This record gives sequence, C-alpha cells and structure tokens, in this order.
Amino acid sequence: MNDNLILWEVFIQSKSGLPHKHVGSLHASDEEMALQNARDLYTRRNEGSCIWVVKSSEIVSSNPDDNSSFFDPANDKIYRHPTFYEVPKGAKHI
Amino acid sequence: MTDALFTYVLRLADDSLILSQRLSAWCYNGPFLEEDIALTNIALDYLGRANSLYEYASSIDKKLRTPDDLAFKRNANEFYNCLLVEQPNGHFGDTIARQFMIDAFYVTLFSFLKNSSDENISAIAEKSIKETIYHLRHSSKWVVRLGDGTKESHHKISHSFNNLWKYTGELFINDSVNEDLKKKEVCVCLKDVENKWISIISEVLTEANIKINDKSKMSYGGRLGNHSQDFKQLLDEMQYLQRTYPDAKW
Repeated sequence: MNDNLILWEVFIQSKSGLPHKHVGSLHASDEEMALQNARDLYTRRNEGSCIWVVKSSEIVSSNPDDNSSFFDPANDKIYRHPTFYEVPKGAKHI
Repeated sequence: MTDALFTYVLRLADDSLILSQRLSAWCYNGPFLEEDIALTNIALDYLGRANSLYEYASSIDKKLRTPDDLAFKRNANEFYNCLLVEQPNGHFGDTIARQFMIDAFYVTLFSFLKNSSDENISAIAEKSIKETIYHLRHSSKWVVRLGDGTKESHHKISHSFNNLWKYTGELFINDSVNEDLKKKEVCVCLKDVENKWISIISEVLTEANIKINDKSKMSYGGRLGNHSQDFKQLLDEMQYLQRTYPDAKW
C-alpha cells in the first residue's frame, strides 16, 4: 500500500491573519486524504484555523552544496542589519 | 416513558461504545501510520459520545447504576446496540464499509435529534453531529477510493458491502420504544431517517461503482439484546478487568 502514498508538507495557520507555519509532513495518496490526515495529526489540540498541504515534490529547495555562494556573501555586510540607527525616543514596538 | 427513554438512550450509547471498542483494535494495526491515527481518533470520538450518553442513562436509571456499571457490568443480552456495529473488523475495507454505513446513519439521525424535545438528547446530538460529519467525510472518501481503485480493492469492498448489507435493516425498525418516544417528539420516525440515509448511501456507492446485490434476509436482534457469538467475545475482552477485579480504580 505504501507504494501509492506520497509525501506532503503541512502548514498550519493558528489564527486568521497569522502566517501558515510548517509543522511537519505526512503520507497520503491524494489531496483530500492529505488534508484529513493533517487535520488528525496536527490539529487535535486546537492548533489550527486553516491547513495547507503541499506535495513535498513541488517544493523548490536550495541545495546545501550552494551554501557558500548563496549565503556567505552576506556574512561581511553587517551594515544590512539595522543596528546603526539610533532609535528615536518614544518609538514603540521595535 | 422513562423505561422507553432509558432503553432508547442505551441503544445510542451501546452503538457508540461497541463501535469504539471495535475501532480501537486498529490501534497499531492500521494500514499505515496516518490512517492508524485517523481510525483511533474516530474510536475516541465514539468513546466520548458513549460516555455522555451513559451519564445521561445513568441519571435516569431506576437501578441507579453508574456509567461504568452500564458499560462494564451488563451481560450481552442487556446490550441494545445494532448488529452492524458489532460485526468484526475484518480487513480494512470491511471496517470502512461498516463505518460508512454507520456514519451516514448517525449524521442523518443526529440532524433530526438536534430538535428533540429532550434537552439532553438534543445537546448530545448537536455536539456529536460536527464530528460525525467529519467521520462521514473520511469514510465516504475511502469507499470511493477503494471502490473506484484497483480491481482487487473494488472486488474486496463490494464484497464487504454485500456481506454487511443484511445488518442495515435493523437500523430503521420502529418498535414500541420508538413509537412511545416519537409521540413526545423525543425521537423521530426511523423511516424518515432511512430515506435520507439511502440517498447518502446510493450517491457514494454510485460514485464508487459498488452495487448491492445481496438478497439475504435482514438480520435483527441487537436492539432487543440478541447478539452474535463474536459480540460475546468482544464483551469478554472489554469487561475483563471489571469482571476480574470488581470496582478496580486507576
């Protein structure tokens, strides 16, 4: 039976307006089964108000072999962090 | 009235408990991890419903039995669940066919019982119908997947439905218990439930390409306490602890 199952990634939105967060993966043979399994596996304790399921094979991922060219160039550009600015007095929520 | 009401509530409670006990045997035996969890989740929903119903039954029991007494200290001939819920799990398709027919029955029944004149029954129906709609969604999709799947899955689940069909007649028998409660608008005419049930069943079976051609006579008895040998084994296992160590507590 497992031959017919494919892997899905599950994203749960905890409240309307918040982003969907990746919570894990599961096996299912079709979209409806993936949604139902996600409901049973990841929302049993009131975690969610919306579920997304995406076939794992549809996700485009960067390759760890490319990490040096992808991510290292940002290492020495500390000026990209907004730490060189003085926070004006009275500014909240920063 | 109280006798009829007590019997009626027990019928609903026993359906839930026995089906829950059957389903829980799938725990760690499911076809794959996710479905294992889905089935046992449904088993837990049914157990919770059984608990609410036994609490209500206990509150109107002339013999003053507790919910646990009702579940674990009655004999087989004092259980009033329908024969369909006690049928053995068989293979996955057998379990799904049984589940689908029961889910469709309870979605329909609860949609009527929400308006029961009995407050407890209407509250339990109102709460239970949400989870039951989900159960029906789960089981009906499986019926279509298996019926409209491979040659083997189609053959197996067609066989499951035809094997179980003879136990469906009992769900819709109006007897003195129902008639009595119907007059007080506590319950509904089961013929009305049957008509709606048939339309759900035929829609899904048509989509799944499954035909019922079983011509066996309908089997009755569960609602009156007459059960199969399989049921006695189920009860022996379920009640073993309370029977061996009476009043044992956690």
